[in-house]
Amino acid sequence: MSSETKQILTTDGIPLEVSLKKAEKKNKIKAFLLVAPLLLFLVITYIFPIGDMFMRSVDDRMVTNMLPKTFKAMDKWENLDELPPEEVYRGFYEDYKLLAENQQHGKLGQRLNKEKNGFNTITKKLFRQIKRKKIDESASLKEQINKLHKRWRDVEYWQAIKRTAPPYTASKYLKGMDMYFAADGSIAQVDEDRRIHRILWLRTLEIAFFVTLFCFFMGYPIAHLLATLPMKYSNLLMICVLLPFWTSLLVRTASWMILLQQQGIVNDFFVMIGLVADDNRPEMMYNKVGTYVAMTQILLPFMVLPLYSVMKTISPSLMRAGKSLGGTPFVAFWKVYFPLTIPGIGAGCLLVFILAIGYYITPALVGGASGTLISNQIAFHMKTTLDWSFASAMGLMLLTGVLVIYWIYNKLVGVDNIKLG
Amino acid sequence: MSKNPEFVKFDKVDKSYDGKVLVVKDLQLDIAEGEFITMLGPSGSGKTTCLMMLAGFETPTHGEILLDGNIISNIPPHKRGIGMVFQNYALFPHMTVYENLAFPLRVRKVEKDEIDKKVDKALSMVSLNGFETRMPAQLSGGQQQRVAVARALVFDPAVVLMDEPLGALDKNLRESMQYEIKHIHESIGVTVVYVTHDQSEALTMSNRIAVFNDGKVQQLSNPAELYEKPVNSFVAEFIGENNTFNGEIVDIDKDKCKVKLANSEILANPVSVKSKGEKTTVSLRPERALINPSEKMDNMFSGKIEEVIYHGDHTRVRLNLLGSSEFILKVPNSTSNLELKVSQDINIGWNSTDARALDPK
Repeated sequence: MSSETKQILTTDGIPLEVSLKKAEKKNKIKAFLLVAPLLLFLVITYIFPIGDMFMRSVDDRMVTNMLPKTFKAMDKWENLDELPPEEVYRGFYEDYKLLAENQQHGKLGQRLNKEKNGFNTITKKLFRQIKRKKIDESASLKEQINKLHKRWRDVEYWQAIKRTAPPYTASKYLKGMDMYFAADGSIAQVDEDRRIHRILWLRTLEIAFFVTLFCFFMGYPIAHLLATLPMKYSNLLMICVLLPFWTSLLVRTASWMILLQQQGIVNDFFVMIGLVADDNRPEMMYNKVGTYVAMTQILLPFMVLPLYSVMKTISPSLMRAGKSLGGTPFVAFWKVYFPLTIPGIGAGCLLVFILAIGYYITPALVGGASGTLISNQIAFHMKTTLDWSFASAMGLMLLTGVLVIYWIYNKLVGVDNIKLG
Repeated sequence: MSKNPEFVKFDKVDKSYDGKVLVVKDLQLDIAEGEFITMLGPSGSGKTTCLMMLAGFETPTHGEILLDGNIISNIPPHKRGIGMVFQNYALFPHMTVYENLAFPLRVRKVEKDEIDKKVDKALSMVSLNGFETRMPAQLSGGQQQRVAVARALVFDPAVVLMDEPLGALDKNLRESMQYEIKHIHESIGVTVVYVTHDQSEALTMSNRIAVFNDGKVQQLSNPAELYEKPVNSFVAEFIGENNTFNGEIVDIDKDKCKVKLANSEILANPVSVKSKGEKTTVSLRPERALINPSEKMDNMFSGKIEEVIYHGDHTRVRLNLLGSSEFILKVPNSTSNLELKVSQDINIGWNSTDARALDPK
C-alpha cells in the first residue's frame, strides 16, 4: 500500500480525518453563528431585492393571466399568416367579457396598445358592443368581431396578442438598449432620433472613465506624498484628504454649485484676472464639466486611500537601490516604484470606476441635461413614470456591466493583485 | 598600478539634519583603493549617515567628499557608480533574480550578450547559478543577501557600500556570509565600505576599522590593534570585553604608572595619561588576567569567586577583586583546569603592559 492511500488512525483507532472534523466542528459552528446576523441581513437587504428586481424586470404575466382561454385556443392556430380560427375568437370574447364585468378591460387595452398601436380603439369598440349585448354568442364570433373594425381583420393584431402570451419577456432589456421586438418577433432598432438610452450608457461609461483617469492623475502624487512625508505633515495631509469623507455628499455637491455657477466664485475669479469677459462667463455647471469636476473631487479619496496603503508598504530603500544602481530618478520610478504600486492603482481605479458608473446625486444636481447618467434615468423611471420593471431591467444591466468590468479586470490584472488596505 | 591611498576622502565633513545637532562632526577619513574598511559604532553614532553621504542620498552640511580625487558632493547618486547593499537587501520584488542583476547593466545600455555574461559571472561569484528565474520572495534570507551582493558588484563599481547587510540573518548564516563577502572582496579587489554595529563582524572582515561615536571617529586602525591597543575608554569598552578600574595617577614614568584605586594601588601602561594627579580608567582584557600565574607578573592580587558560568569553549568567572565584584575572567576549557567553585579564594595576576590607563570615563 502506498503511503498516500494509507489511512492514518488516531490512537483510539478513529480515522484522523474524522477525528479532525469532529474537533473542528464546534469552532465552525461558533464562527458561523458569529456571521449569521450579517448573512441574514445581506440575504434580506441585498440578495432578495436583487432577485425581486430580476423577476420584476422580466415579468409579463398580466396579459397571460387576463386571457387564459385565448392563449389556450391559440395552440390550435397553425398558419400564423392567416386569421386565427373561430375557437381563438371565442376564447378572446369570453376572456374579454369576464374582464369587462370586472372593470379590468381598460388595462388590457392599454397593454395591448403598447404592443401594437390602435388596439385601444378596437377593444373599446368591442366593449361597447358587449355592454349593449349586441353580440350573438350562438353565431360565429369570428364574423361578428371582424365586422366591428377593419383592424380585427388584420392578422398583425392577432399576432401581437400571441406575442404577449409568454409570462416572461426580455423586452425591457431591449428597450434599455433602444431596441424592441418587431411585429414578426425579430429584434429591431428604435428610430435614430429616439435612441436616448444608448447615448446615456455611452455617456456613463465615458464620464466614469474620465473621472477615474482624473482621480488617478490627481490622487497618485497625493498618495505618494502621504506615504513619504514625515508623520506630522502626512497626518495633516491625511486629514485634508479625509475631510470630504466627513462632509455630507449633498453639502459637497451644493458647495460645488456655489463655486461653479455663472455668477459663482470661480467665474468671478476668471473675470477678475481677465481670463473671460464679464458678459461671456462660461457655463461650468448643468453640463459635463460640472459633473466631471464635482465627481472627481468627491471620488478622489477612494483613489488615494488604496494607493496610499500600497505605497506605505514600499520600502524607500528600493528607490535608493534603483538610483544607486545607476537608474535616473525617472527610471527608478518607472521600473521600480510604479510596478509595485499597480495593485493599488487597480484597486483605486476599480473602486472609483464602479462608484462613478452608478453615481446619482451629483450628476442629478450639477449635471443638467448633458451631464446626467444612466442612474438618473433609472431614478426617473422609478419616481416619475413608475415603470418599475423597466427601472429594474436597467438596474440589472448596470449590475451586469459592473460584473463584466470586474471580470475583465480579473483577466487582465488578477483580483489577487488588488490591495485595498 | 599603484593603489591610491586617498581613493575615497572625507574632508572636514559636517552633517546636521535639524540645524541644531551635528550628527557627523568634522570627519576626516581616507580610504585606500581596494581596502575593506568598516565603520563600526553604536546606533546614532553617525556611521550610516556617512555611508548615505558617500552614496549621494544625503548631502554634507559642510566639507567635501572626494572619490578618486574628484569632488562628488554635487553628483547625483545614479552618476556616482557606487554599488550599494542595503540592510533589508532592497531586491526589486517584481523582478526575477536575473532582472535584478541586469537592472544596473540595462540602465547603462549594455548589450544583451554582455549582460548575460556579466550576470552569469556575478551569480557564480555568489554560487547562485541556476537561480536566474526565481523571484526574490522564493529565496531564503541568505540567498537574497547573496543576490544583493551580486547586484551591487555586477556593474564593476569602484566602491561598494554595505549598510549592515547581515543584520537580518541568523547567527550561523551570518558567520558564513562574513567569510564569503571577505573572499569576494579579496578575489576582485573592490573597495568596500562596510557599516555595522556588530564588533565581531567588523573584526573578522576588515582591513581597517573606524570606530564611530558621537559623530566622530574615535579610532581608525586594523582589527588587531583596535582590540589590543584601544586608544580611549570608549573603544576599549565597545570592542570586546573589558575590566575597568577608576583611579588617579600617583606615579608615572615612560612605560609604567601607578594608579591609586579606592583602597589599593595597581601598575598600568600609561596610554593617554601624562602627569600625576590625573584621573584615569584602567582597562584590562579578561583573557589577559591569569589564575595562579607560573611566571612573575607585576600585578598580583587575590579575589573571591562570586559566580562561575560555563560557556562550552571557555568558562567565565566573576570575581570580587580590589573592591569591585564585576571583575571578569575568561578561563579556556582545557583538561588541566583547576576546579573553580563559588566563594573560593584564588590568586590573579597580569602584566602592567596589558592594563592600559586611558581617559577617565
